[in-house]
Amino acid sequence: MRAIPYQFVVNEVAKMCQEANFELGNDVIDAFQDALKNETSPIGQNILQDLIENANIASSERIPMCQDTGGSVFIVELGQECHIEGGSIYDAINEGVIKGYEEGYLRHSIVDNPLTRTKSKTYNSPAIIHIEMRPGSECTIHMSAKGGGSENMSALKMMKPSDGIEGVKAFILDTVKNAGPNACPPLVVGIGIGGNFERCAYLAKKSLFRPIGHRSQHQELAELELELMAKMNLLGIGPQGMGGSTTALDVKIEIEPCHIAALPVAINLNCHASRHKEINL
Amino acid sequence: MEPKKLTIPMEHQALTLLRAGERVLLSGTIYTARDAAHKRMSESIEKGEALPFSINHQFIYYVGPTPPGPGRIIGSAGPTTSGRMDKYTPSLLERGLKGMIGKGYRNQEVKDSIVKNQAVYLAAIGGTGALISRTIQSMEVIAYEDLGPEAIYKLTVKDFPATVIIDSTGEDWYEIGKTIFNG
Ligand code: SF4
Repeated sequence: MRAIPYQFVVNEVAKMCQEANFELGNDVIDAFQDALKNETSPIGQNILQDLIENANIASSERIPMCQDTGGSVFIVELGQECHIEGGSIYDAINEGVIKGYEEGYLRHSIVDNPLTRTKSKTYNSPAIIHIEMRPGSECTIHMSAKGGGSENMSALKMMKPSDGIEGVKAFILDTVKNAGPNACPPLVVGIGIGGNFERCAYLAKKSLFRPIGHRSQHQELAELELELMAKMNLLGIGPQGMGGSTTALDVKIEIEPCHIAALPVAINLNCHASRHKEINL
Repeated sequence: MEPKKLTIPMEHQALTLLRAGERVLLSGTIYTARDAAHKRMSESIEKGEALPFSINHQFIYYVGPTPPGPGRIIGSAGPTTSGRMDKYTPSLLERGLKGMIGKGYRNQEVKDSIVKNQAVYLAAIGGTGALISRTIQSMEVIAYEDLGPEAIYKLTVKDFPATVIIDSTGEDWYEIGKTIFNG
């Protein structure tokens, strides 16, 4: 059995939280550059230029690119022959989040109770943590700093099998239309189809962890991703909803088997501040 | 077109000349407030108490900045979604508020109130908090300090970049922009 010390996980997670907020991934920056070449709206072009400049300032001054430094979401691929020595992996991750957010001057954006709205006593935690068991002894942690504005415009629908693929496409496009400027376009659109009620939401979230430009391995889904992206970019919403041809930077689809009576579809929107880091411990 | 430079608070005439879709650079004083501060202000209004600052002619910026790191005036400070403040906005406009800066849609009630009270709604670019922080020259807490990033701060800004979304005639750039580039 391979052992990873608890404190090592804490420190690595703390670093990831800060890096995610200061260093926008190259995949996102490249997507801004590409979009800039194609964007026809002058306001849209200005916005894309500002997004690039903002990412540069964040990186050089080590200041968060966005004031919503996110709720942190983790997907851990944990080998069955690997364990965390000295405490639970959930505690180690949460401790890392508290340390990373507090020491990095990131924002504490978590309330303990969604109804009374009292602030959580632990800095920006608890995090949302998903663990996927794997064979072997590796441990890979994927982290996302997920903004509230785009999360709020996400949607889930238990559709009818008879709605078919056309119904699914219409639901996806309606969700993007309805989100408009609120979700801070240009967007990365994560889609989960199948599973059940909670599983499709997880699939949608998980799809957002794939880098921009990374296509589904299934040929027909890869084509659907591109088709949906092209349709979104004809909606006219554009950067920040101020009009233009860059509404989506990418579309991701994850699919799984489901019940004969079901067609669950979840759409998790991510803003242009698509912040992800991963580390193999 | 180069953005128009304006000082805030601004003269009534300058405000009514602003048109949806126009880019501006704002210099002067703005007050921050988001969900929790709006809730408290609306409770004060209900109880007939005075607001924590004189709102007449002022602009509110919907922002909850990150804590300032060492040697900084303010942390990252971009706009948050305005729609969450819709419920509280008309009563503030009735009391003389002249402008709101945020991002995203406003409801019809807010739009009507903007026209009735001759005010304006502007958007800053969501997710550019690092860039925007450079335009903020001072930050002073005014009220509700216990709310941390959600407290009301008075900001002095220089060339703060924004775009007019809803002007005092009720034109909405989110509607116009979309139709120009649709299809
Ligand atoms: S939606 Fe994203 S970019 Fe916009 S304010 Fe929220 S975290 Fe920032």
